[in-house]
Amino acid sequence: MSELTAKTIAELRDGFRARDFSAREVAEAYNAAVAGAKALNAYAVETPDDALAAADAADKARGNGDLPPLAGIPLGIKDLFATRGVNTTAGSRILKDFKPPYESTVSANLRKAGAGMLGKLNMDEFAMGSSNETSAYGPVISPWRRKGSNVGLTPGGSSGGSAAAVAAGIAPGVTGTDTGGSIRQPAAFTGICGIKPTYGRCSRWGIVSFASSLDQAGPMARTVRDCAILLEAMAGFDPKDSTSLDLPVPRWEANLSSDLKGKCVGIPKEYRIDGVPAEINALWDQGIEWLKDAGATPVEISLPHTKYALPTYYIIAPAEASSNLARYDGVRYGLRVEGEGLNGMYSATRAEGFGAEVKRRIMIGTYVLSAGFYDAYFTKAQKVRALIKQDFRKAFEQCDVILTPTAPSAAFGIGETTDPLAMYLNDVFAVPASLAGVPAMSVPGGLDGQGLPLGLHLIGNELDEQTVLNAGLAIEERAGFTARPEKWW
Amino acid sequence: MADAAAPFRIKGETGEWEVVVGLEVHAQITATASKLFSGAATAFGAEPNTQVSLVDAAMPGMLPVPNRECIRQAVRTGMALDAKINKWSRFDRKNYFYADLPQGYQISQLYHPLVGEGELEILTDEKDESSAKRIGIERIHVEQDAGKLMHDQHATMSYVDLNRCGVALMEIVSRPDMRSPAEAGAYLRKLRSILRYVGSCDGNMEEGSMRADVNVSVRKPGAEFGTRTETKNVNSVRFVMAVVEHEAKRQVELIEGGGEVAQETRLYDPDKNVTRSLRSKEDAHDYRYFPDPDLLPLELDEAFLDDCAKSLPELPDDKRKRYEGLGITPYNASVLTAEVETARWFDALLEAGVEPKQGSNWVVAELFGALNRRGESIEQSPVSPTQAAELLKLVADGTISGTIAKQVFEIMLETGQGAAAIVEERGLRQTSDTGAIDAAIEKVLAANADKVADYKGGKQQLFGFFVGQTMKAMAGKANPQLVNERLRAKLG
Repeated sequence: MSELTAKTIAELRDGFRARDFSAREVAEAYNAAVAGAKALNAYAVETPDDALAAADAADKARGNGDLPPLAGIPLGIKDLFATRGVNTTAGSRILKDFKPPYESTVSANLRKAGAGMLGKLNMDEFAMGSSNETSAYGPVISPWRRKGSNVGLTPGGSSGGSAAAVAAGIAPGVTGTDTGGSIRQPAAFTGICGIKPTYGRCSRWGIVSFASSLDQAGPMARTVRDCAILLEAMAGFDPKDSTSLDLPVPRWEANLSSDLKGKCVGIPKEYRIDGVPAEINALWDQGIEWLKDAGATPVEISLPHTKYALPTYYIIAPAEASSNLARYDGVRYGLRVEGEGLNGMYSATRAEGFGAEVKRRIMIGTYVLSAGFYDAYFTKAQKVRALIKQDFRKAFEQCDVILTPTAPSAAFGIGETTDPLAMYLNDVFAVPASLAGVPAMSVPGGLDGQGLPLGLHLIGNELDEQTVLNAGLAIEERAGFTARPEKWW
Repeated sequence: MADAAAPFRIKGETGEWEVVVGLEVHAQITATASKLFSGAATAFGAEPNTQVSLVDAAMPGMLPVPNRECIRQAVRTGMALDAKINKWSRFDRKNYFYADLPQGYQISQLYHPLVGEGELEILTDEKDESSAKRIGIERIHVEQDAGKLMHDQHATMSYVDLNRCGVALMEIVSRPDMRSPAEAGAYLRKLRSILRYVGSCDGNMEEGSMRADVNVSVRKPGAEFGTRTETKNVNSVRFVMAVVEHEAKRQVELIEGGGEVAQETRLYDPDKNVTRSLRSKEDAHDYRYFPDPDLLPLELDEAFLDDCAKSLPELPDDKRKRYEGLGITPYNASVLTAEVETARWFDALLEAGVEPKQGSNWVVAELFGALNRRGESIEQSPVSPTQAAELLKLVADGTISGTIAKQVFEIMLETGQGAAAIVEERGLRQTSDTGAIDAAIEKVLAANADKVADYKGGKQQLFGFFVGQTMKAMAGKANPQLVNERLRAKLG
């Protein structure tokens, strides 16, 4: 890592304003780092010119005084966000070479804030996966390795390219999306921070849909402060998204405080589950101590429907996905494979265009919505979802923020997890917050015995990202997590 | 029901059969210039694919946003049909693959429609108010239209036009309350009339802004409902009536021949006047309806509903009753209120101060006659209500006679001139100058001395002849009442 690529976004922002360096220098340093990290397969598309153009604009504007908040900051954008004129494929063959004539609201907000784009980040196909192995571009390789091993590890998923890029220092910050843990689990696997805000904070307009009622964009970066800075730029009401929240964007960065005096931290007893490594539970206990040290009072809480969260998620998310992905039919854009008649063309296109995991979820989703099964699966899942929301509502009468581990394991090797159900278990701690639509964040807590990062998971009440960020900051300050992967690429 | 109107029956070999009809009418919300969930335009007849937004084309990451005005129009329509407006409703996705459906689903409302139960009154006999029958409305929901495939543009490929894709439709679902082709026709006409009064839909069936799915079954009178067939996309009142007639007969023949009616979807071929099977129940799609997660439930507040209610015009039934209250005959009132344009024209005439009964008779007889002859609709009438009022006032105050009025009206139609100006210019003013009338009478009597003798000899019916001759001599301008008076005086 060069001196510049080692800096946080806050440091880059302040250093640029103090004229310690130019935006162009930052962009060039990152472009070089990106070009030198192809072995990670983190970027699906590199856009060095975009980063340079934004940097030059920032340098030119530096004299003006009213610089936009992200002037001089280049960012990586997950390939799920539509970027005007730049390949946007959601990691899928079916959108091969698709260049949208429009820009997603979130990436447009970042551009308005002055940020440039380093490239489009690799991801699990249509954000369906927890290991980045379902991408049509091939898996992202985590910059992290087990002590004394050359085995390629997954950065988690689906925002795996995003996580790997931040961890490897080839982006100071990135966008991710989180449907059932896709920001938080890869953040945990790669020793970085990532926050999924309250559902509706970030517009979904221009983000390729996976499961509409769950999808939320959020930032991933090295520090809690950087996440706050990015989220402020990404969030905001968008009349083009009916589910967008019509609320002002809080000043999360300005209100950051690791003083948790008077705050209660809920420890959900249902999150103590079998098969979770002792190291993870130990880190959890350590996290409780850190928050106590910051002035918070731990309190045991109950989220009684937790065990139903994963099955509920794997009904609702595939159901919505089966319908959301119907538009990829070969008629108007993307891949078309000719076949016998219209139905033949549909089948051939979708058979070739979608990968195995996407097909699996389309089939599950189609099944749970079909006549005769709808009530038993979909309706029941909606009811359970309501109960899970209620669990959180009740819990937040007792506490201000909830602490759990982010994932039930550290990063695993590429190809090591072949059973889809075992893969789904990765999101066991992440999914309840997604179903409830509440904000949640992963912050690095430490390394396991093999030298791999582990994350701590903070869940907040609806619209209370501030307490989540503040508790994250308290952990960050106390964990003193400075470990970086050793460069092997 | 009017006792005169015998129930519609189909005479089969096994006796009489009753037909049961329900209609699902798709009415495009033409009051708005943009689509249900996008800002694209909806004009009829535009070049293919020129009115398509990113949302309509279902580009990746595009999201629907409900068009408030479409919802408002559907609510107003519901109110006009005395229907329950659901303050909480929701959109569902109806999933199926077709090339004219870019999203792979239609956004509709299955589980919680915007409008619930209502009703509409039809007259099975226009001249007889006792023939009124109420037809139940089950629901009205709002949904997107699909695009259009064009199969005749290329040898091996079909073209897709997405202009209609996403256009807002109201699906107005009736109860199976109709019992004859005539009732189905009357229902559709009445519904169309109400939509046009409300202004939510222009009711233009030729341009496809209104079309009906016709559900038909037959049964022995009083028996349980039979199995129904659904004939899709019928696009005129006449065709709807033909479908009912044809389907009912087909089903009776089928059942009497030992067969069974299959629950299926059929298509109507207007050239051959037959329906044919499109797909059976077994082939029916599993639409996998579920709530659209891109959209929040629609919640309507009181202020919105009040605004909808206040914006409603006087509806045909109320207007008809009001007209009857003004002394207009039930038949004239019915004719004048059937079409919103006619009613508007007539209201303007009343506003201009015309006596209602005189005005209604004149519109129904003179104006309609003239427009018919000229092949013009009332909106195209060369004579405006104000101009007509001027003419009718000249008759009412005795300035011109009814006979002269017809002449003046013809000139108005041709020249667009005002009635008073025509009367002045051409000297058509009715005369009450007794000297002139007496002089004319003298001449007539002198020229017809033989008839005068006959009259005096008892042939009283010749009086009319003298009146006619006098009027003729005065070129129609004499006050007929005075002519009568003077003639009687002269003839003794």
